[in-house]
Amino acid sequence: MFDRRFTFWILFLPPLIWLAAFFLFPLLLMAAFSFRADTHGQLFSGWVLSFIQYANVWSGSGFLRLLGLSTLIALGVSLIVVLLSYPLAYFLAIYARRRLGFYLVLLLVPFWTSYLLRVMAWKFMLGSNGVINSVLLYLRIIQQPLEALLYNRTAVMLTLIYVWIPFAALPILAALQRIDPFIFEAAADLGARPLSQFLRITLPLSLPGVFAAFFMVFIPTVGEYVTPLLVGGSSGSLYGNIIQDFFTKAANWPLGSALSMIMLAVTFVFLLIATRLVKLRELLQ
Amino acid sequence: MTARRTPIPLVVYYFALIALLYLPIGILFLFSINSNVTFSFPLKGFSLAWYQQVLHNQPVLDSARNSAVVAVGSSLAATILGIMVSILMMRYQFRGKGLLVALSVLPLIVPYIVLAVALLLLFSAFHIQRSLLTVGIAHTVVALPYTLLIISSRLAGFDASLEEAAMDLGATYPTTLRRIVIPMILPAAVSAWLTAFTVSFDEFALALFLAGTRPTFPVYLFSQLRFANRLPMMIALAVLMMIATLILVFIAERFRSLDL
Repeated sequence: MFDRRFTFWILFLPPLIWLAAFFLFPLLLMAAFSFRADTHGQLFSGWVLSFIQYANVWSGSGFLRLLGLSTLIALGVSLIVVLLSYPLAYFLAIYARRRLGFYLVLLLVPFWTSYLLRVMAWKFMLGSNGVINSVLLYLRIIQQPLEALLYNRTAVMLTLIYVWIPFAALPILAALQRIDPFIFEAAADLGARPLSQFLRITLPLSLPGVFAAFFMVFIPTVGEYVTPLLVGGSSGSLYGNIIQDFFTKAANWPLGSALSMIMLAVTFVFLLIATRLVKLRELLQ
Repeated sequence: MTARRTPIPLVVYYFALIALLYLPIGILFLFSINSNVTFSFPLKGFSLAWYQQVLHNQPVLDSARNSAVVAVGSSLAATILGIMVSILMMRYQFRGKGLLVALSVLPLIVPYIVLAVALLLLFSAFHIQRSLLTVGIAHTVVALPYTLLIISSRLAGFDASLEEAAMDLGATYPTTLRRIVIPMILPAAVSAWLTAFTVSFDEFALALFLAGTRPTFPVYLFSQLRFANRLPMMIALAVLMMIATLILVFIAERFRSLDL
């Protein structure tokens, strides 16, 4: 068995070193950086343990409020996306039958389209000389272009909902497909009406997929900074954008690190809640 | 169940939502074949000029090539690492296995902005210039969960008796891996590689932080958004790249469902 053990180390060391160097260590470095007092000097020298960055976050101008708001927006987006995707998944699982493959591809092509392109598309939809305004002006419904469509949080939410709908349908579809069709026959034989069949059998059995879809949308959305950057403008920015600012324009890396650590902690809290509700494997599929 | 008639509202809902999903992309596409620079209704005329310009614009082509280089490198690395972790996960028992698997999958859960700034800190701390390599490293990390899940689920479909048989017949373990296991997971590996490629090709949130002087395509596209007159051309290129991505996705799906 010597060669099996030798192979073990060949297989084990590269991924371990890679993940340690480029995933775990950077996060630890960020953690260490968030306990740094100032931005002076080299990255490693002059490091003294300090909680001042976290104190700054606590007392700072609305950081935590923005975090709360971003979390709420992500929860709202995930909820709306799941509600909108459920009927899609239900249609595909129960009624698509032989056309399932085609209908599924039809749904997923927008999702496989470039993310940046899809977000940009909404910029053109909502902009002051964008599609919606152009059409409304052309039809003479309005005389002046509506400025309020773009560069606010509603635009961000609308775009995020648009981006995630196809993706959220997948875990719900998978959960619905796992339901044994004989259960429906049994329920019908026992006199269950379609509505009570849905409420008492289909919906409860599909809930793991619903939870999985919810968290698969929520987790990337809570850290989102690209969509607000493009369609949110200054009044539509989210928590991710202030992290980005502190690492670019504002150049206060210790404070940015503290803000990132808090975001990471929030994500892990929600991950823990998610693993209570669904098996981790289902979340990842 | 098969006797149930499809409720009309559900069909209408499905196709209405599909139409809504395609509408913004379709309008972008119209924008790229519109002869006018500014986009307004009614459309002025049809033109493929933007597509022609793409082929003669060096910075645009460079950024596309940079993205391709990053995507090829990072997807290859992510696939090889994915194969390694998959074999360990499905064929070995050892302490710390759960930890390794968790570590491989966690990049899916850590927000991209957090990973981006953490890697930025790492590269600055060690005075590593930001370049295509640093973007590729980040993409390898985020693509690993995908390659791992695709390859390990293929490996789960085969029981280990084939390998045991090979070893009973005198093959060493490395030979068994090379002659039995690797050919067995090859379709999944190709699918994983293509998936990792599309993940990297399209990635913007990490690349914006980690790209140096040579931008990847999404980063370049983003930097050009300010210049309204270059937009139709950028969109034309984005449409071309979207078509390329879709072709790759379809090939990946083919390989994933392949039964050998």
